[in-house]
Amino acid sequence: MLTIILILFPLALSLATLLLKKEQALRFFVLGGALIEFGIMVAAFVQYRTSCHCQLLFRAGWLTNMGISLKFGMDGISLLLVALTTFLVPIIILSSFSHTYRRPATFYSLLLFMEMALVGVFTAFDGMMFYIFWEMALIPAYFICAVWGGNDRIRITFKFFIYTFAGSLLMLVALIYLYFSTPFPHSYDIQDLYAAVLTPGEQTWIFLAFFVAFAVKIPVFPFHTWQPDTYTESPAAGSMLLAGIMLKMGIYGMIRWMLPICHVAVHRWGPAALVLAVAGIVYASVIALRQKDMKRLVAYSSIAHVGLIAAGVLVLTIHAMQGAVIQMVSHGINIVGLFLVIDLVEQRTKTRNITDLGGLALKAPRLAIFFMLILLGSIALPLTNGFVGEFLLLLGIFEYSALFSAIAGVTVIFSAVYMLWMYQRTMLGPANDITAEVRDLSRVEMAALIPLIIMIFWIGIAPGFFLDTALPDVMTILSYAR
Amino acid sequence: MMMNAIVFLIPLFPLLGFLVLGAGIRVIPRKVTALLAPGMILLSLISTLVLFIGFHPSTASQVHQLFSWIRIGPLDIPFAFLIDPLSILMLLIVTGIGFVIHVYSVGYMKEDPGFNRFFSYMNLFVFSMLLLVMGANYPVMFIGWEGVGLCSYLLIGFWFKNHEFNNAAKKAFIMNRIGDLGFLMGMFLIFTTFHSLDYQVVFDHARGMTPGNPVLAGITLLLFIGAAGKSAQIPLYTWLPDAMAGPTPVSALIHAATMVTAGIYMVARSNILYILSPATMAVIGITGLATALLAAFIAIFQNDIKKILAYSTISQLGYMFVGLSAGAFTGAMFHLTTHAFFKALLFLGAGSVIHALGGEQDIRKMGGLKQAMPKTYRTFMAATVAIAGIPPLSGFFSKDEILAKAFEYSPLLWVFAVAGSLMTAFYMFRLLFLTFSGDFRGTEAKRAHLHESPAVMTIPLVILAILATFGGLINLPALFGGNAGLEYFLEPVFAASGSVAAHGTPLPPATQWLLMGVTLAGVLAMAAWAWKRYTAQHRGLLPDDAPRTFAERVGRNKIYIDELYQLVVVRPLMWLSKFFYEIVELRFIDRIVNGVGSLVVRTGNTVRYIQTGNVGFYMFVMILGIILILFFNILI
Repeated sequence: MLTIILILFPLALSLATLLLKKEQALRFFVLGGALIEFGIMVAAFVQYRTSCHCQLLFRAGWLTNMGISLKFGMDGISLLLVALTTFLVPIIILSSFSHTYRRPATFYSLLLFMEMALVGVFTAFDGMMFYIFWEMALIPAYFICAVWGGNDRIRITFKFFIYTFAGSLLMLVALIYLYFSTPFPHSYDIQDLYAAVLTPGEQTWIFLAFFVAFAVKIPVFPFHTWQPDTYTESPAAGSMLLAGIMLKMGIYGMIRWMLPICHVAVHRWGPAALVLAVAGIVYASVIALRQKDMKRLVAYSSIAHVGLIAAGVLVLTIHAMQGAVIQMVSHGINIVGLFLVIDLVEQRTKTRNITDLGGLALKAPRLAIFFMLILLGSIALPLTNGFVGEFLLLLGIFEYSALFSAIAGVTVIFSAVYMLWMYQRTMLGPANDITAEVRDLSRVEMAALIPLIIMIFWIGIAPGFFLDTALPDVMTILSYAR
Repeated sequence: MMMNAIVFLIPLFPLLGFLVLGAGIRVIPRKVTALLAPGMILLSLISTLVLFIGFHPSTASQVHQLFSWIRIGPLDIPFAFLIDPLSILMLLIVTGIGFVIHVYSVGYMKEDPGFNRFFSYMNLFVFSMLLLVMGANYPVMFIGWEGVGLCSYLLIGFWFKNHEFNNAAKKAFIMNRIGDLGFLMGMFLIFTTFHSLDYQVVFDHARGMTPGNPVLAGITLLLFIGAAGKSAQIPLYTWLPDAMAGPTPVSALIHAATMVTAGIYMVARSNILYILSPATMAVIGITGLATALLAAFIAIFQNDIKKILAYSTISQLGYMFVGLSAGAFTGAMFHLTTHAFFKALLFLGAGSVIHALGGEQDIRKMGGLKQAMPKTYRTFMAATVAIAGIPPLSGFFSKDEILAKAFEYSPLLWVFAVAGSLMTAFYMFRLLFLTFSGDFRGTEAKRAHLHESPAVMTIPLVILAILATFGGLINLPALFGGNAGLEYFLEPVFAASGSVAAHGTPLPPATQWLLMGVTLAGVLAMAAWAWKRYTAQHRGLLPDDAPRTFAERVGRNKIYIDELYQLVVVRPLMWLSKFFYEIVELRFIDRIVNGVGSLVVRTGNTVRYIQTGNVGFYMFVMILGIILILFFNILI
């Protein structure tokens, strides 16, 4: 029951938001609602018993003659991602209070609608439901970027839409095909889809369709070019939603659907996909070295980081898979933190151009400290969240192939290079005309940052809680995939 | 139980210090900080001493587990500390020298507006360094390993308004990260080989392996990449001279006495793995020797007091690696210890000089400081004599042990190593004479400003001078009637390696005396030459003296290694970045995508005239078709 509440509550909030006119009341309502949603998630966590099965199950027939049912529930992996979503949305809302958006009711309504769709994606245990929520998440993302984005938003969002929609359609075709391969009576239930009888040839097609759909969303090289543009042009809240949560849909999709269903094809074609993922790490890291726009730099660094997660998913070792799950959470936290800091810098200086900045630490030492802490998570310093994920991912990939691990490992070096460069050129050095009179963080701004910092060190120092939650389900997925 | 608590207290104090200072960075008064920060290290030192006194080398090493850090099935990484003679030795060095340098810093940083920030970083550094040496498995060591790297970054770039300092800090972090990738890969290979990252499990398993096992060679080489980064060996040494941008106490603590010796500690800790990998040992020996000679050569031609000491540190670390490669683990640790004494002293002495000269670091603008700064001069001289290897000061014994082992290993190695020693003696006495002898060559304003440093700075100098002078006693060889105390103390750690290593016949006393005599004669000759050249003949004193000889030009320019790296690594990488972004990304991948997109729009427009159905729907079907065709063509 809690699962369906987690989906419906943001939907109700989203609709109710449209009725509100006063901005102050609106903000209070939206933030309060998102916090209650977080509270519901905590309740779900309390009820959840770590084992290996889907729990808190909600099931109802819907279009039963087409084999579609409303089946929602959570296993450990779902739970962590729902937790991530409901944790980040209040922070994203809080951070957007410093902006005055046109038509704020619509903006916040879309944001909450997106939360609903994301929770749906992570909890759907019916193939068609997964697809529907997947598409529903796309709509608010599109509008947030197209309506509230930067100057070049129309061209960029078109590209974003083409990319992700093309991917989605491939997935739809694959799902329908799978439906007809399930044992009679056909259904989209996850267990039936897992049990679908496929020839190796069919598996290959399905694998390709799934892989492209998910690879676009993650994004994996060379399906990534929508991503830096979209992140750069989106308003801060949009970038955070996209990078922090939405791209996890792709990785989650791989783990939940692609690996168990196309296990034969994964073994056959996985190495080719792995090459793309690892190549993307190096490619994006190298590109990030010269980016001047803070957001674009972080966007490319993100391609490298999620490329590592995708590679970890594809090697099918327990350490890499566990690393992938924990890194999904960590990456979400760190990248939201980075975009948040960038937004704070941009609000103060009206620029994101790294070479125009400098010396911010002099007038805004708190901002500099928070930036440094998030940066440490992002470059995976031990005892921060990034290290646990990166260590497990690289270890798991190493067990598969030492060479791939060593190549993927260059992210350890490059991330330090571009992140420290960005930090130095924005925060350190002498102040200039633009940065001379900036103000330090306000209480509201710190309130948005502090929870992120807590999570960075919680996961970094005591990852056991998170690892143990996911472990049985990771084992289950791997047993299907093997 | 009591022991347990003390073990945890050792790193807890500096951590507390960091947290308190970090939280109250704007409110804590300087006087409180001046007591709190060194006080925390003193408490750590006292705890270490209590531990040390209650510890007998004969007792088995103890593991103290705090909590389970990362655990997934067989991968179990506890947050645990190992207490054995080796970690105790390192603990004594880190907390002992750390405390002395903290006290000194109170005087040195007195005027600095970032006083609290400085001490919070320093305490965090000591905490990280303690984790590094106390960890009971490789990942915990790695926490400290990267932690000290972070503190080093923060402290090199402490005066962050200056971008040159920031660049130095960044360079240090990045070069260390290159090494760290090697360390990580080494850990992974250890795990896939031994299914554990715990020292005791790994070493117990390794003991049964045959020498020359290729997997062990792989592990040790990968770990050595990490060691080369942290301990500034070829090819990853160029960050250390630049790291002198940090405040001088930082150079003394981090870039001389403790952090940079982490690589030595790691190899000594993994001694059983290394002794079974003769190929790696040869690599370490060659790298160490080459680094020792190269850095000593460069040091001769430098004029910045701290840069000379930095190259000297690199060179001495090279010696320690030579010792390790010859299987002289105790010798290397012994030299590590004495080096920590005299090099920390040299840096603090240099700091005292820089302090008196209002920030001047060029030794050509110094001279004659012995009258104004007698305490600094005397202690600095003690350290110089110690590092040059003149008996009975500490450096003589520790270096002699390495040289003797080198001779056992190969006389040729000994010849090169002695050549390095002679260079060391020369550049150190050049530094001493140019700084303290002759006449003062700075401006009149500076001459008027000359003063001996306050007691808070000179007392640490005196303490370190005592250690640098008598430190050799901790491992006085039998040849001098000593009992080789350190050798005996560390015996349990290196015992297994000792039994594996081929037992060369120890050198007969006559040979030992002869080798010692030859080395000593050479060293004294070098000291005399330096005196003649820089004090009697007043050469090399003009601030603008252009390099005359080829060697001088090359040495002054640090053999152009930085320029070489710029040419073969940095520029190609930047070029590649540009190529990837401007050509591959924007001209190639993006164009294909946009091409597909506009094709769809055009087709969609065409369709609109043909059909009157739902245009949007048709458009998406079209995208689907085109993309399917495109991918199927590529993939089949």
